Amino acid sequence: MTNHWRDIRHADLILINGANPAEAHPVGFQWFMRAKLDRGAKLIHADPRFTRTSAVADMYLRIRTGSDVAYFGGLINHVLQNNLFHDEYVRNYTNASFVVKDGYGFNDGLFSGYDPDKRTYNIATWAYESNARTGYASRDLTLQHPRSVFQLMKAHYSRYTPEVVSSITGIPVDDFKKVADLVGQMGKPDKVMTIVYAVGLTHHTTGGQLIRSGAVLQLLLGNMGRPGGGMNAERGHANIQGNTDHAISWEILPGYLRIPAPGQKTIADYVAASAPKKSDPHSWNFFGTNYSKFMVSTLKAWYGDAANKDNEFAFNFVPKPAQNSSWMSIYDQALKGKMEGLILSGMTAASIGPDSNQVRQALGNLKWLVVMDPLPTTSSEFWHAPGVDASQVKTEVFMLPTTHWIEKDGSFVNSGRWSQWKDQVLPPEGQARHDHWILADLFQRVKKLYQSQGGKFPDPINSLTFAYKDPAKPELDEIAREINGKDLSTGKQMTSFANLKDDGTTTTGDWIYTGSYLDTGNLMKRRQGIQDPKANDPTGMGFYPNWAWSWPLNRRVMYNRASADLDGKPWDPARPGIAWDGSKWVGDVPDYPATMNPRDPNAYLPFIMNGEGVGRLFSNGMVDGPFPEHYEPVESPVANPLHPNNSASPVAFLYDKAAGRPNRFGTPQEFPYIATSYRLTEHEHYVTQHVPHLVQLQPKPFVEIPYELASQKGIKSGDQVRVSSKRGKVEVLALVTKRLGPMTVAGQKVYQIGIPIHWGYVGVSADSDPSHGRYWLANALTPFVGDANARTPEFKAFLVNLEKM
Amino acid sequence: MPTVTRREFLKVGVAGAGAVAATGLGFDIAVAESTRVKQNLRIAGAKELHSICPYCAVGCSLVAYTRQKSNGTTELLQIEGDPDSPVNEGRLCPKGATAMQLAISPRRVESPQYRASGATGWKSVSWDFVLDKIANNVKASRDASFITTDGNGSTVNRCEGIAFAGGAAFSSEEGYFATKLMRGLGLVHLEQQARV
Repeated sequence: MTNHWRDIRHADLILINGANPAEAHPVGFQWFMRAKLDRGAKLIHADPRFTRTSAVADMYLRIRTGSDVAYFGGLINHVLQNNLFHDEYVRNYTNASFVVKDGYGFNDGLFSGYDPDKRTYNIATWAYESNARTGYASRDLTLQHPRSVFQLMKAHYSRYTPEVVSSITGIPVDDFKKVADLVGQMGKPDKVMTIVYAVGLTHHTTGGQLIRSGAVLQLLLGNMGRPGGGMNAERGHANIQGNTDHAISWEILPGYLRIPAPGQKTIADYVAASAPKKSDPHSWNFFGTNYSKFMVSTLKAWYGDAANKDNEFAFNFVPKPAQNSSWMSIYDQALKGKMEGLILSGMTAASIGPDSNQVRQALGNLKWLVVMDPLPTTSSEFWHAPGVDASQVKTEVFMLPTTHWIEKDGSFVNSGRWSQWKDQVLPPEGQARHDHWILADLFQRVKKLYQSQGGKFPDPINSLTFAYKDPAKPELDEIAREINGKDLSTGKQMTSFANLKDDGTTTTGDWIYTGSYLDTGNLMKRRQGIQDPKANDPTGMGFYPNWAWSWPLNRRVMYNRASADLDGKPWDPARPGIAWDGSKWVGDVPDYPATMNPRDPNAYLPFIMNGEGVGRLFSNGMVDGPFPEHYEPVESPVANPLHPNNSASPVAFLYDKAAGRPNRFGTPQEFPYIATSYRLTEHEHYVTQHVPHLVQLQPKPFVEIPYELASQKGIKSGDQVRVSSKRGKVEVLALVTKRLGPMTVAGQKVYQIGIPIHWGYVGVSADSDPSHGRYWLANALTPFVGDANARTPEFKAFLVNLEKM
Repeated sequence: MPTVTRREFLKVGVAGAGAVAATGLGFDIAVAESTRVKQNLRIAGAKELHSICPYCAVGCSLVAYTRQKSNGTTELLQIEGDPDSPVNEGRLCPKGATAMQLAISPRRVESPQYRASGATGWKSVSWDFVLDKIANNVKASRDASFITTDGNGSTVNRCEGIAFAGGAAFSSEEGYFATKLMRGLGLVHLEQQARV
């Protein structure tokens, strides 16, 4: 989230897309309801399924899954055609005025630079025109230049008329116009809208652009950086945010530094290829300017004395991947016989999929599999799952019992970036061990083997810092201090990432957490909450600065310089983020130099992390286009009404095809219905299959079937049905409902089926089932294909058939 | 009847003179206060600790009550929403409210388990057994799949044949530690729940 849970109460209008917060994040949803009840905010819920969120919304729009780019694109078009954007914000705080190089184009669904053989874009033409005099990007603040971002954007979205939006999304034209009217009012400086989303936006081959389309709309309306505004992702696991920040992710190092690439030999090579570049004289380009300091300080934290100026701070210790190595790539490599071992910790590949049957085949192709979990999972048990002959599964499998969250301390970071420390409440149960103790012990054993036997490039293993009282049992408190970092010359904890250096005299484990653990103590433990709102929330804006700690630098609303106008006055004085008081910025922790006068001729532009210094309506940071464009899901019952010749994403990576495996995508002739997947309130992914109370509340797997379709097929609630895709099937109960219904898309009648994800062959429910949940894995149906940028699988839109059993 | 906040109610409860006269879903606090019924609450004298809900990422604060038993073990008495939190203000959903059943479960794996290639059942084994075996596997797979220099002559120092995935239920510090160790081994296949 750019903002945080409590902040949603400040919104005038709340757009909810690809999310069902009333059921999936019920306690966070109280802040949506506070906005509605306390200030009369309107809620608009666009979702394939009418849910409890829809039930309290002012408008519910039945939208076809995966078509939200068209929805947001239509809203962008409405705002642009009717001059409803926030003019001062758009001119000064976005790249609307930047001029794009001659040669950029978009034709029949393809941006310039497309290579059909490689299925990739050469993005050279998606760049700014360089001003010959300054060397920076050309700008036209009148926004009239035909190649200004503003004019290109206006032309791009002019195709997204209400009629076209309706044809793609299935939302009736009149309903869409009503929404457009409400959204169009949010460009006024004293109005603010928030967009809240979840994996219903990310889990598509166009996932990255689905989110960008919302962000572009928010920039046009001047809603980024403001309390009550922003783009807010509801995350689905207790600490997915913290562990994304800490880079358990193939493409990054801690704090969103890019993983180095082959060919880079020095820190300078790395920074040149990775850091944002300053493209306007008034841009601070804070991230780009300090990139090397963050990187070198992390290398110092990891490799200590072995990282020094003479060896480029051990830059060659960091692995440099040849290709995408994300979630699906792991199983793709296993299917090719190139992956030998896999360690799964608190995560079950067999249930997660996508294409669970193919993933289970991949697990069987490994030499060894380690599962670290407090409870059995569908991965630890995959080798003797129902229908599997265990003697034929060659994989060696280890199940290591780990502790639960409550048996250890440490922090959890919520969706709003609040890092909240927890106590160790209980000692480890039985023989269970902490995950980090298992990994520390294992690492020490591997190190001993290298020391006694030798082997490939043991240097990083031998040099990795283990400055803990007990190297086999590091305390999380010790690691938290390491993450914050210290000044090696004084031995003091760093107070801000602004003081990090690239000369080897400072360390940080993750620069965005610098400031969380000072010499005075661990700020994540702070507990000054609503027991005394007057003292603990001095601005009255709900920032609660002394409750836990949020990154970066305890800032509660990111990009908050943009919450105030050019003079530093809040756009809406009733809802200030920060304000210039004549000598300093007051309010939230400013996303700006604390004493920089906004009217200083040399004042920085507001978005200090970007090379441009402003928000990007047009971006060359995406591999599938500088403007979000609607593409059909890889499996879709219709051709793209905008450009049928280039219907689905032209750059989504097709794993099976690239590997020479048989096609696993279905056609609408064989699989005529759209399906989507989701969670229920009473379960969280798969672990709650072990919680008896929750299994009692939602005991059996089911699929939701629209009433009209069920009637045609003679299916009644409680009947056993088979839902199948090209990849597999589920055999579960039918729940016939009017929450789903027929839609007209591209002139054609289509149905959507809803599939909760929670069941499998492990857990309380499976134990009481005669088939032991043999055909209960929802992700047996989902396609093995993902977003062109992030490779996030397309869990939320695929084709199925439906039969009564 | 005076309005009683959850916090005031808890204070009364912890003081050991709590209300027990339940009327529907509520408690008649006035009666309890006036009569000062001598009744030990389940959490009387318990240690109050703080945690965070293990499920979604709203980040609801929890209060957990424990008591040391005479045999030296710790008993978890109760988990409930923390009324001080600006995030949840004491509220919990059905998952958070049943967190105790995740914390203490007869379904936990009791000891390290090992299943050899082609075996048809688990074998209970020691920690030393599994850690030594996995360490040998890691070394063998790393050595077999480690690339120091790629086809273009670039130093890449990567291990292609081992993957690590997990961490959405880790404390942040565990996650950071896992990243540090796995990158230290040279892994490029490193993932968690963010994409899926």
